[in-house]
Amino acid sequence: MKLTLKIWRQANANAKGKMVTYPLDGIDGDMSFLEMMDILNEELITKGEEPVEFDHDCREGICGSCNMMINGKPHGPQKLTTTCQLHMRKFNDGDTITIEPWRAAAFPVIKDLIVDRTAFDRIQQAGGYVSVNTSGNTQDANSIPIEKAKADEAFHSATCIGCGACVAACKNASAMLFTSAKVSQYSLLPQGEVEATTRVQNMVRQMDLEGFGNCTNTGACMIECPKGIKLENITRMNREYLKAETIG
Amino acid sequence: MAVLESKVPKGPLADKWTTHKNTINLVNPANKRNIDVIVVGTGLAGGSAAATLAELGYNVKTFCYNDSPRRAHSIAAQGGINAAKNYQGDGDSNFRLFYDTIKGGDYRSREANVHRLAEVSSNIIDQCVAQGVPFAREYGGLLDNRSFGGVLVSRTFYAAGQTGQQLLLGAYSALNRQINRGKVQPFNRHEMLDLVVVNGKARGIIARNLVTGEIERHGAHAVVIASGGYGNVFFLSTNAMGSNVMAAWRTHRRGAYFANPCYTQIHPTCIPVSGEHQSKLTLMSESLRNDGRIWVPKDLEDAKAIREGRLKGVDLPEDKRDYYLERRYPAFGNLVPRDVASRAAKERCDAGYGVNKTGNAVYLDFAASFLRYGKIEALTSGKKDATEAEMIALGKKVIEKKYGNLFDMYYNITDENPYEMPMKIFPAVHYTMGGLWVDYNLQTTVPGCFAAGEANFSDHGANRLGASALMQGLADGYFVLPYTIGDYLADEIRTGPIATDTPEFDQAEKDTRARIEKLMNGAGTHSVDYYHKKLGLIMWNKCGMSRNEKELKEAMDEIAALRADFWENVRVPGSADTKNQELEKAGRVADFLELGELFAKDALTRNESCGGHFREEYQTEEGEALRDDKNFAFVSAWEYNENPRDAKLHKEELVFENVELKTRSYK
Repeated sequence: MKLTLKIWRQANANAKGKMVTYPLDGIDGDMSFLEMMDILNEELITKGEEPVEFDHDCREGICGSCNMMINGKPHGPQKLTTTCQLHMRKFNDGDTITIEPWRAAAFPVIKDLIVDRTAFDRIQQAGGYVSVNTSGNTQDANSIPIEKAKADEAFHSATCIGCGACVAACKNASAMLFTSAKVSQYSLLPQGEVEATTRVQNMVRQMDLEGFGNCTNTGACMIECPKGIKLENITRMNREYLKAETIG
Repeated sequence: MAVLESKVPKGPLADKWTTHKNTINLVNPANKRNIDVIVVGTGLAGGSAAATLAELGYNVKTFCYNDSPRRAHSIAAQGGINAAKNYQGDGDSNFRLFYDTIKGGDYRSREANVHRLAEVSSNIIDQCVAQGVPFAREYGGLLDNRSFGGVLVSRTFYAAGQTGQQLLLGAYSALNRQINRGKVQPFNRHEMLDLVVVNGKARGIIARNLVTGEIERHGAHAVVIASGGYGNVFFLSTNAMGSNVMAAWRTHRRGAYFANPCYTQIHPTCIPVSGEHQSKLTLMSESLRNDGRIWVPKDLEDAKAIREGRLKGVDLPEDKRDYYLERRYPAFGNLVPRDVASRAAKERCDAGYGVNKTGNAVYLDFAASFLRYGKIEALTSGKKDATEAEMIALGKKVIEKKYGNLFDMYYNITDENPYEMPMKIFPAVHYTMGGLWVDYNLQTTVPGCFAAGEANFSDHGANRLGASALMQGLADGYFVLPYTIGDYLADEIRTGPIATDTPEFDQAEKDTRARIEKLMNGAGTHSVDYYHKKLGLIMWNKCGMSRNEKELKEAMDEIAALRADFWENVRVPGSADTKNQELEKAGRVADFLELGELFAKDALTRNESCGGHFREEYQTEEGEALRDDKNFAFVSAWEYNENPRDAKLHKEELVFENVELKTRSYK
């Protein structure tokens, strides 16, 4: 198929960016979206131009590196799918596709489609852990039975890949879904209970410090999340936060 | 010159690790605060090592090429992690895990290391649960297990098809806790470009900031290489696009021996190549072989009809199917180890029984499991008179719970619904057992330089068993390296901070800059990918699932010629003092072009078949691998030479005191 690509090009964090149009031919439906980008880049290199830079790594939808705003949607048109797992059969011959980086004040552009998502790391560093040292003397793994439904729910929250689509989808660029997924995972498990109060306070404080917006319950984050992380996580975090602030 | 001294402690096998821990040198907590450690790589091994070293009190710097430690490719591991917990009461023990791993590795690993791995395996599960890793549980609230290949017990712990993700996020959380305490300084979007050796000891690294292009010097009292495997030498593999051998190879160039490069794991169940545009291959977890049956048509005519689209696999009656693994290996069936399953698939496809357009695919079929699980589900939910169709529908739900994300991934990539049609799968490069040679302390032949996880060679011999990579990564990082590194660092308490303004750092930085300049100044005919793909084809065709003398020699010549061409003609656009992904790739491919030749040389030197290394000249009448224990029961450790064909071989003889060397049989 033949495509017209409109791609955000920006030389570095301080440079002014712009959309640049690239015609591209010979794309097959079995190619992944990123393989289509590989072909474009190969052409650009052959022509002596600079290729389009984008983050990507596992290409299996699990590392959370890839992050493209495709036709205005984080990760493109297919639900529950990362950019790397999106395939060209979802597009038609003659389509024009716009490709942009995540847009959020807390995710500044580094180059082209690459943004700086270290704000997410800092939120995790503020409290996304259980304080247990590696000793080899922790109690036996089966000494605390955990209700299967709760364990499954904690697992589901923990499947967040940290890609940032929730922030990109939100009109307020809020990081509530991301932060709440980690808070939820631990709040559902007995191991996480001990530090529940300080965890939620510290993580929320860091989230605010990073300049993410507030949540106004539009639910766009959940709709665009490639892993289907649920809004209930936000509810749970709000409850945890309220509890921490009032009861302590 | 370095000596291959394995430093395996004396005494009975089961006591070695305890004795060693009790007798090695320790560093007191006050002194740890004055000691710096660099950890390169933040996957399971590097992430857990960095976190634990920081907990102990050392000052740690981590380096990773991704934007966050959480993106390391350990995250993509699907199926599970082994541990000899024996929660199932099915006869498991440390010794059995040890024995299975030695046998699975085709008797080419070091006994003491493997036994230690088995010993600490249970601690890993305890530690991860304490961290809040949400493993799969049964209705009673206790941990669930599944089976993996090459064993007869259920010892694999899992978190749906995302076990690697959950374990890595666990290690990442431990790392974050130490970053928050200021004990770990993370250098993300950084790549190690050289190891700095001062007076024979590793004293730091040269790294490139991948955003600004700056070349940085970092000094430390010890350097840990945990940068993963080198499967991407094949271009197409299940590794992440950025996975590379650079840190390990730079270390090799500075004196660390590289062991058994030819031991590569070709994983039997991956989504087949669909066309020339393909950039990577996707694994379908081995756990699927718990419930999926592998088959091809019995008759060539049927296979042909399927390939040409005249017949559908689902419509072929049972008696026309050849469940070749169950036929050839009745004891282990579909759960034979990976090397055996891969070769068997290749054998059937080479004989003309392949089932996709290219002829390079076999079926992985879940129909029997849908019915089996559906029956149980119908009975336990009170639907005593459920029809077969109802039971199949119920069974599909059970399978979805177990492997839903894998089925979705398959559907996405192939556009075929695996709930309706059997999956088509084919072997692909997945894991590399070879790596930096290390002694029992995980120290390389460069004092002060350690290697952990897939980056070292130590535990899997010539073939790794499923769910053992996660186990080894975390064993090295949480429970082995943090102890053994102390034995070395105990002598460093008076050293003081490592200066980086020394002639050795000057030279290493100069070398690094010269190399980057050379890459940027190629004559500019072909892109980096052009060379990488060419290298990959040579590797796959001549150093892949089966190898022979003639083709290995050809491969060495072809790779050497390609390497010369690369340095002359590669085109790297842009500049070196900014983010430049092509330059990053170029540096990595340059190292693969050296490693590839050493790989072929290693395969050529090993005149036997063992595990993943199958030499066509050495096979039994039934086509099984034929080992030569008399002449090849050793580890090949190569000393660097800029012409890899002239690399010098050092041998570490493997001593087996606790297991009898036998022909591996899964019949």
